[in-house]
Amino acid sequence: MIELLSLSPPGWGGNLLRGLLHSLEIAFGAFGFGLLIGLGGACGKLYGGPVLRDLLAVYTTVVRAVPELVLILILYYVGTDLLNKASEAMGYGRVEISGVAAGIWVLGIVQGAYATEVLRGAIKAVPSGQMEAARAYGMPPFLMLRRVTIPAMMPFAIPGLANLWLIATKDTALLAVVGFNELTQETRQAASSTRAYFTFFLAAGALYLMVTLLSGSVFARIEAWARRGQPSLRKAAT
Amino acid sequence: MMDLATAHPAQSAIATADEAIRVENLHKSFGHLEVLKGVSLTARRGDVVAIIGGSGSGKSTCLRCINFLETPTSGRIVIGGEEIAMRADGTPASRKQLERVRSRLGMVFQAFNLWTHRTLLENVIEVPVHVLGVSKAEAAERAMVLLDRVGLADKAATYPAFLSGGQQQRAAIARALAIDPSAMLFDEPTSALDPELVGEVLTVIRDLAAEGRTMLLVTHEMKFAREVADHVIYFANGRIEEEGPPDQVFGAPRSERLKQFLKSVS
Repeated sequence: MIELLSLSPPGWGGNLLRGLLHSLEIAFGAFGFGLLIGLGGACGKLYGGPVLRDLLAVYTTVVRAVPELVLILILYYVGTDLLNKASEAMGYGRVEISGVAAGIWVLGIVQGAYATEVLRGAIKAVPSGQMEAARAYGMPPFLMLRRVTIPAMMPFAIPGLANLWLIATKDTALLAVVGFNELTQETRQAASSTRAYFTFFLAAGALYLMVTLLSGSVFARIEAWARRGQPSLRKAAT
Repeated sequence: MMDLATAHPAQSAIATADEAIRVENLHKSFGHLEVLKGVSLTARRGDVVAIIGGSGSGKSTCLRCINFLETPTSGRIVIGGEEIAMRADGTPASRKQLERVRSRLGMVFQAFNLWTHRTLLENVIEVPVHVLGVSKAEAAERAMVLLDRVGLADKAATYPAFLSGGQQQRAAIARALAIDPSAMLFDEPTSALDPELVGEVLTVIRDLAAEGRTMLLVTHEMKFAREVADHVIYFANGRIEEEGPPDQVFGAPRSERLKQFLKSVS
């Protein structure tokens, strides 16, 4: 059993780790891309004009309404199709789309819809006096966002963003349906080639668990840092 | 003193150069509710102007219109001889101009509004460094002098939430001083404080008045207003009901409303 998991062939451990690396790569990219969309989306929903707000409402509603698996299929095939059409129209012929880029793009759009709502809620939770002081002292909007709004909303946003990150790591498994070699796909291949289903899926589960545990401690640190200006609730209770 | 002149191009000096703040015929409505019904006031350089009045009289709104934290419905605001350009609906016409004017007005809020994710020192250097372009070292050096002046030098590395309201408000005053303000706006600076903490904040403000700072002070501390102000303005119902030197306003009020008001707060 252990030989099956060894890192060099005939063991499949190396494949599993490569799959994990791909999964993390996509999760990281999608989470980052989602954060960018989310920040823009939250600001647009809070400070934008009526047209922008309506467009963003359509985006967050539709993306959160449709099952992710369906969205991934739609965005992947429609996205690659559109890209090919555009490229052919410009006379370049069909393009090969990298699985990683496609995965980041597809999951990022899903993540962005949820991140928009997480960040919108977090910004609204910041006492208005924080932004008011920034305005009163002549901070331009972008400086205020960077120096006041974002750091002040962090304590409210971190728990929701940690959830989103964990969802991102696991949503990468859905990309197996479009043939992308992430952890779940690699596991399935290893399992069906060796008939050792139990061993490989247990190993994959352990890898996902490790990612979760590691993420938990990283986010705990980030949260402690983001809350540096606030007395701890635990201390206050005793 | 830090030289901030380079950060600000010379303002158009006109005949009213000794005026720090001038408000002309200021109107402000929230929906159908008219909060300010034509207010005009002037503070010359070095003046301490106290604004008193009951709650809902429009005194805080008036102060907040001066730096456009509230958007006036109509009227004129002139800061240091420079009129803030307004559109027909009262919104500021030039964000750049407003930001420049704001960065020279030291605002002190009722609820302190220190940035909670920054230490006192970081709060005090934030605007000089990031808005006015002063070097970090220079700003920090000056910030320590200011924190020392308000008695908080030993708390420079502390976050606001770990301090008393009085300490937070004194730090907020240091933040206002850090921009070398042409005028200071105090919006009920002691109203959110426990009674025993009011004194320490008033002491700091009294010092600033004594050194000739231009100040507009919305307050409920009548004794204090009488003591430090050069000019007292009484607001009622969105209008200036009565104004004059403190001894006259407090000692010999003419309007019936002001008499009633003074009786009710003493």
